[in-house]
Amino acid sequence: MTVLIKEHAKPSIQEILESGKFLVTGEIGPPKGTDIDEMIEHIELLKDKVHAMNITDNQSSVMRYPSLGTAILIKELGGEPNLQVTCRDRNRLAIEADLLFAYTRGIRSVLCLTGDSIPAGDHKEAKAVFDLESVQLLQLICNMEEGRDSGGNELKGGVKFFKGAIVTPEAVPIEPQMLKFEKKIEAGAQWFQTQAVYDMDNFKRFMEKARKISDKVYICCGLVLLTSPGQIKYMNANVPGVFVPENLAREMEDAPKEERLNYGIRIMARQIRQLIDEKLCDGVHIMAIGKESVVPQILEEAGVDITKM
Amino acid sequence: MIITTSKPFEEVLKALEGEDKVFIVGCGLCATTCETGGEEQVAEMKAKLEAEGKTVTGTVVYEEVCHELNTKRKFRENKEAVEAADGFLVMCCGAGTQSVREATEKPVHPACNTVFLGNIQRHGHFVEKCSLCGECVLEDFGAICPVTRCHKGILNGPCGGTDEGKCETSKEKDCGWTLIYNQLEKMGKLDRFRRIYGPKNWQANMKPGRVIFEKKGEGGE
Ligand code: SF4
Ligand code: SF4
Repeated sequence: MTVLIKEHAKPSIQEILESGKFLVTGEIGPPKGTDIDEMIEHIELLKDKVHAMNITDNQSSVMRYPSLGTAILIKELGGEPNLQVTCRDRNRLAIEADLLFAYTRGIRSVLCLTGDSIPAGDHKEAKAVFDLESVQLLQLICNMEEGRDSGGNELKGGVKFFKGAIVTPEAVPIEPQMLKFEKKIEAGAQWFQTQAVYDMDNFKRFMEKARKISDKVYICCGLVLLTSPGQIKYMNANVPGVFVPENLAREMEDAPKEERLNYGIRIMARQIRQLIDEKLCDGVHIMAIGKESVVPQILEEAGVDITKM
Repeated sequence: MIITTSKPFEEVLKALEGEDKVFIVGCGLCATTCETGGEEQVAEMKAKLEAEGKTVTGTVVYEEVCHELNTKRKFRENKEAVEAADGFLVMCCGAGTQSVREATEKPVHPACNTVFLGNIQRHGHFVEKCSLCGECVLEDFGAICPVTRCHKGILNGPCGGTDEGKCETSKEKDCGWTLIYNQLEKMGKLDRFRRIYGPKNWQANMKPGRVIFEKKGEGGE
């Protein structure tokens, strides 16, 4: 079968994880509009510093340049994309068609998400789709891999993806989350990226539980760059499943104003080091949220060089 | 119970532009409970329209405006006032309003927004617990509906946005999945939570819905 993109510039996420290396991923948030120059700059900056880049799919229900288009762009620029697919804006027909296209363009890794609610975003009157949800999306991809669409019809050429999912280690209560984590694995998830983690002790407890459920799936810890005490206050109050512990909040508060970003960089570098040194998990996912340009600095400070791993 | 809210009076007035003689229909069931189309609200509407210079040729409040034959009969009973009207203002749900549509050739105007099939928790407190999906799955979820009470209609457990029992969309709303989890746990039925539910059949009730009784005795015997 002819797949349009045969040559991969980079090893896949699956290859990295299966070789036992610590996976380092970053994130690209596409712009609102067709001016993609800055995004291209970020991709160029990150493509050799991280193993792969997530591309958010209308993140927080805010309409943006598409994740699929950006994934292909990353491919064209010689990077490795991790395509995020949510179920909020597309029904099963649209998702399946997108996946067929993605496969023919060399996308090898898909992160399956349900998606944020519509009122969270900037198209507040839009119709929410949610024809499927994350667990069903994972199953759907498994079916497509076996050559069938979700209507049970045979595909002329199937797909093959490294199927990822997310889990929220800081959710309260945690028990239903863990059960859902288990279901995602059963539905076909091969690897996980976590929602933002700040509290490393809590993350350790989560990993103990997760490893008991499965020692086969790969788990990468999601970290968000802290930039100011205001951001921390906002996140603690408004972002579900996020809790920035006292000591980190204080560290940011004590930082001189012009040094805040550097403090944030240092905190994240320290956390990455801890993940690696204590062998807490299989990788890290860095969410710099608009500050992608400092990711190389974070990695340098953490002493992480993917070319030497 | 069909939950309705009243449209702003200005919107109603605008819809009635050019129609000086109006007949008002209210409903003795849901719209009475919702205080959007009971005797009291119909009388109030009559007074307000008259203050705006309209003539109200008649009013009628009866049970089940959504019953089409009933509505036609009520219209016959009020023949004179009905015939004198330029148009009809219907103070109940969208189903009732379209019932009136079947009973007259004249303009018909809704006075309410129809919002959901609701439970009455106490006077004036209505919540949505069933969204009429056509293929009820309550059996598997401890009689708490994931299709409706989870904002995203997830069948396989909570999303990452759930927060201490509340939904990511509003601190005022319970996370349906926390309710389901607690219920199944109480019942010792968490195995149902573990089960993977495939995509739902969203065409179980193909719109517009239609249910017709089969005639008894048909097909032999
Ligand atoms: S599953 Fe929910 S929406 Fe569907 S019929 Fe049952 S209660 Fe109503
Ligand atoms: S928070 Fe709970 S109710 Fe709200 S969308 Fe998520 S799972 Fe559904």
